Amino acid sequence: MSLIPILIMVLILFVITILLALAEHLLVNYGECEISINKEKILNVIGGGYLMEYFTRNKIFIPSACGGKATCGHCKIKILSGGGSILPTEEVYINKHEKEAGIRLSCQVKVKNDLEIYIQEHLLETKMYKTKVESISPLTHDIKQIILKLIEPETISMKPGQYIQIAIPGTEEFRAYSVASAISQKDKVELDIRLVPGGLCSTYIHRVLEVGDKATITGPFGDFYLNEASDKNIICIAGGCGMAPIRSILFYLTERNMPRKVMYFFGARSKKDLFYTEELKELERKYSNFIYIPALSEPKASDKWDGEVGLITNVLEKYITNQNHFEVNITATYEESVTNVESYLCGPPPMIDAAIAVLNKKGINNEDIYFDKF
Amino acid sequence: MKLQILSIFIATIFTHNIALTYLLGMCPFISLSRSLKTAWGMGLSVIFVVTLTGALNWIIYHWILVPTQSELISYIVFIIVIAASVQLLEMILEKFLPGLQVSFGIFLPLITVNCVVLAVSLFMVIRDYNFIQTVVFAFGSAVGWTLAITIVAAIKEKLSLSGDVPKGLQGAGITMVIAGIVALTFLGFAGMVAIQ
Repeated sequence: MSLIPILIMVLILFVITILLALAEHLLVNYGECEISINKEKILNVIGGGYLMEYFTRNKIFIPSACGGKATCGHCKIKILSGGGSILPTEEVYINKHEKEAGIRLSCQVKVKNDLEIYIQEHLLETKMYKTKVESISPLTHDIKQIILKLIEPETISMKPGQYIQIAIPGTEEFRAYSVASAISQKDKVELDIRLVPGGLCSTYIHRVLEVGDKATITGPFGDFYLNEASDKNIICIAGGCGMAPIRSILFYLTERNMPRKVMYFFGARSKKDLFYTEELKELERKYSNFIYIPALSEPKASDKWDGEVGLITNVLEKYITNQNHFEVNITATYEESVTNVESYLCGPPPMIDAAIAVLNKKGINNEDIYFDKF
Repeated sequence: MKLQILSIFIATIFTHNIALTYLLGMCPFISLSRSLKTAWGMGLSVIFVVTLTGALNWIIYHWILVPTQSELISYIVFIIVIAASVQLLEMILEKFLPGLQVSFGIFLPLITVNCVVLAVSLFMVIRDYNFIQTVVFAFGSAVGWTLAITIVAAIKEKLSLSGDVPKGLQGAGITMVIAGIVALTFLGFAGMVAIQ
């Protein structure tokens, strides 16, 4: 085959690249712009890029999963002035109230002039961490426990229930996972990750990641965490990997000798989907204040399951017997009356919605219900 | 010669409308025909890009690819030229017409993958047009596409005011129905002029 067509193509590419670079230099030039964050911090940048890029460059980590394609809608921030009008790409993720408040997706706002923006204080404290995989072990047939040792910075401080984001190598994308370890253990984070068929990050973690590999995480993020100041009793409801943040909350409470009554409902399909069962049973033996109620929706005959059967919402309904005083009937011989309850829910959205409906029916108000859907 | 050029121009708009008879460029046709204003703006940029790339691709094809017998790579070269022109258009719009840029959003890069643009370059090769014929053909095709999308957008805008589109037909469904009816009315022009 003759080489001429290839040469011609290279030549054409070369010329076009030079032309485009020249045009960009002449046409797209916004000069120096000033981004003022919360009226405290000022970034002086060369305009032309997207706000998100400047955040990353200046080590401000806003939650984001899609790598700036406007497909996740996580990177919301408030623009006080200079952002221009909202783009059609953003409309999908921003409702009417947010629109009026000036909320935008930071991956879509192009910096063309001086900007004044507001970022929630706690987001300014998030950092990027270099980590090393310390161990990978299977928890169930499709969930793996990953322990990451922090290298740089060496410690992370977070609230029990919060999440971190892990970078997927070779892409610009991130995925969020709740931290399952105790927050007092500041140099390590444990993630419980389920293999999602076709999932980009979970496939990478299940099939590619090995002990000793490097991983980059950002965090902590999320407003789902234990209300540490409260002394209300706690009902936790989780399904699947929703175990992770609840486990972190339980660590926090056991380190303080379980000062509040805790009931933990965990929903799974069959016995092979249960994990940390022994650990939780051990907690139950140790603290009279703690009760663990796993429920299987489709137990197999081989499971020899003698625990609760049914959807977690049905089990919840069964255990909470008196809606005025919120009495919980744990067993026939053990009756626990709990008033003053707050509830922490983590799991798939349909489960959370159904569980919230049950809790509302039983008299728990929405302000006492904290949840994390994934 | 002049008559032939005129007949190409009229044919590309009415009898051989690229959207309504070849069903090309349907992606932006459906997504951008919600309002007359965006449809018109998109149409204008299609006219600009198609005419520009048609002319550029003719020059590159006949002056570079044919003499070096590299017609083999014409598809790739056409696509590269189209992509670069769209980028250029984006920069020009952003600099001089930021309002238009905002109303296009992500739709502007769609011109890159708008089949009208590539189809015009390929048709000009198949039909062996000379430079002037190509420019007229490209310009006419884009005008025809713009005419089709603005007609459909105007009908949809009117329809959205009455608001009695059945639920199952809302969005792309009703657009296809409207496009079909408009295509049928364009059949009335058949026989007026013909191009090869």
